[in-house]
Amino acid sequence: MEKFEKLTGIAAPMPLVNIDTDMIIPKVFLKSIARTGFGKNLFDEMRYNRDGTEIEDFVLNKPQYRNSEILVAGDNFGCGSSREHAPWAIADFGIKCVVSTSFADIFFNNCFKNGILPVVLPQEQVDVLMKDAEKGENARMTVDLEAQQITTSDGEVIKFEVDAFKKQCLLEGLDDIGQTLQKQSSVEAYEGKMAQERPWV
Amino acid sequence: MSPKTLYDKIWDAHVAHEAEDGTCLLYIDRHLVHEVTSPQAFEGLRLAGRKVHAPDKTIAVPDHNVPTTAGREDPAQMTAESRIQVEALDKNAREFGVHYYPVSDVRQGIVHIVGPEQGWTLPGMTVVCGDSHTATHGAFGALAHGIGTSEVEHVLATQTLIQKKSLNMKVEITGKLKPGVTAKDITLAVIGETGTGGGTGYVIEYCGEAIRDLSMEGRMTVCNMAIEGGARAGLIAPDETTYAYVNGRPHAPKGAQWEAALNWWKTLYTDEGAHFDKVVTLKGEDIQPVVTWGTSPEDVLPITGVVPNPEDFEGGKVEAARRSIEYMGLTPGQKLTDIEIDTVFIGSCTNGRIEDFRAVAEVVKGKKIKDGMRAMIVPGSGLVRAQAEEEGLADIFREAGFEWRLAGCSMCLAMNPDQLSEGERCAATSNRNFEGRQGYKGRTHLVSPAMAAAAAITGKLTDIRDLI
Ligand code: SF4
Repeated sequence: MEKFEKLTGIAAPMPLVNIDTDMIIPKVFLKSIARTGFGKNLFDEMRYNRDGTEIEDFVLNKPQYRNSEILVAGDNFGCGSSREHAPWAIADFGIKCVVSTSFADIFFNNCFKNGILPVVLPQEQVDVLMKDAEKGENARMTVDLEAQQITTSDGEVIKFEVDAFKKQCLLEGLDDIGQTLQKQSSVEAYEGKMAQERPWV
Repeated sequence: MSPKTLYDKIWDAHVAHEAEDGTCLLYIDRHLVHEVTSPQAFEGLRLAGRKVHAPDKTIAVPDHNVPTTAGREDPAQMTAESRIQVEALDKNAREFGVHYYPVSDVRQGIVHIVGPEQGWTLPGMTVVCGDSHTATHGAFGALAHGIGTSEVEHVLATQTLIQKKSLNMKVEITGKLKPGVTAKDITLAVIGETGTGGGTGYVIEYCGEAIRDLSMEGRMTVCNMAIEGGARAGLIAPDETTYAYVNGRPHAPKGAQWEAALNWWKTLYTDEGAHFDKVVTLKGEDIQPVVTWGTSPEDVLPITGVVPNPEDFEGGKVEAARRSIEYMGLTPGQKLTDIEIDTVFIGSCTNGRIEDFRAVAEVVKGKKIKDGMRAMIVPGSGLVRAQAEEEGLADIFREAGFEWRLAGCSMCLAMNPDQLSEGERCAATSNRNFEGRQGYKGRTHLVSPAMAAAAAITGKLTDIRDLI
């Protein structure tokens, strides 16, 4: 997994609430058996007309936001299905950080497994970042995971919370499975005990 | 010992390792796998030279994009991409040696219907699947939740999941339901109350008389949509109804093991005085047959209501409601019972079980669907289909003009050819009304099976109480 340490980039404002995974990547694109290549279909139905032409006023189609690396979004981002294609599409597009007042649970976890940092902030602070993002291309903000802070283009510093374990994994780009396999003896001990206690499982 | 909730008890019984910061390795008793979210996970194993840790606890079944029309074994019925996914599952299931129900097996069906039906799902277990509606299995008092593909790979490789404990939430439905009100109305009414984010960070335990009175089918419908309320999982404590359903299923314990299991299952309830971080209570008598008007499952109203005015909402919801109403092609103030429907979809892991079909048959028996209506009934599994045939339900459906399909997810997510066309309006028994969920620019109203059946007959969203 790619590391996430510090990022300075363009932030796209998407104030809509309840952006669900079907909006992020419509299910017609779930038929691939690969993990990459979904970026071009990120937000497909909001981004393109049926004939494949771009919908001009969709934020990521505007010239100043085409290279966004941060997304500032409305409440309850990523609700809906558990499809990991949603974070894959976001990452493949080049977005590495999403800020909102809340995220759906599964989506939130999936982000960390794909090198994306989801940041939860209170409404007032999301509003500040949203305003900053609306300024466009030159208003780059900086997300510093180590320091747990976002700095707006005006230099305002906003602190955020992040789970210590997840932070470490992102900073080091660590793969979960390898780590868990190191604890295999605990798992085997548990399995041994369960074979006695709950043999029907 | 301090009193524990049902969730606390199941959680504690499955922690295989706990790190200092409270991050746990939760042992997984059953891992259900389908064709859409697993190919990349199996590929990951192969690339890393890893095996499936417990193939005996892993069950694979294709459901999301298999065709549901006759002759579906013919590969020509599937698009190239769907075929690649189904073939990939076939290959992976055989190569890694997991339990497998291919399309040609009568037991094939929607993964969340097959699991309970075959007795894979048992009380007190941890169950995961790369699909958010895994919450369904919570009806058995099993801790069941959806996971992403990276987690699917993690469970395949280690039989554990890295988890932090969620908070406890209690949803109590007191008293009795009124006639015409079903499990689907309960679960939609709860989401209408709490919102789609109301359960975020929680595991919900549903309890109360109205929940106790439900059959296992009804309980599965309630837990199925815990995820639409944002919760990680939904749970209902096991009781005699649960044991009666489980007993005798192919993979349920037998003999002395059954007795041992039963002894443990009987300890699985929330202790008197246990702490809940959030409590929501609804009166069963107050719940009415409901329908969704918008494009979020929280956009719920009693069928007697009218399309709301976006201005009546607050904050970001004003814009979301405006967008929903426009997308749905409705007018604020319009009576819900005046909304005309052209498609009816009955099925999915929410409402694709035998009891659902019996409710439909009761409404449509001896009647015909409205002229021009496209109405399909898609059983949740091959066994549900067989039982409906045996009970004569299938004949009632066919005579009324319904298409009687083969088992699969079908129009619930429209990955296969079963889709809405642009502007089509559907009364659906599934669980999601998101934009484009059932087809590009398709419009979905979520309802109970009886209400969907009523809409098929009248051609409009209909108050089922007017027909009974
Ligand atoms: S029926 Fe619908 S919700 Fe259920 S598993 Fe299939 S696609 Fe998911």
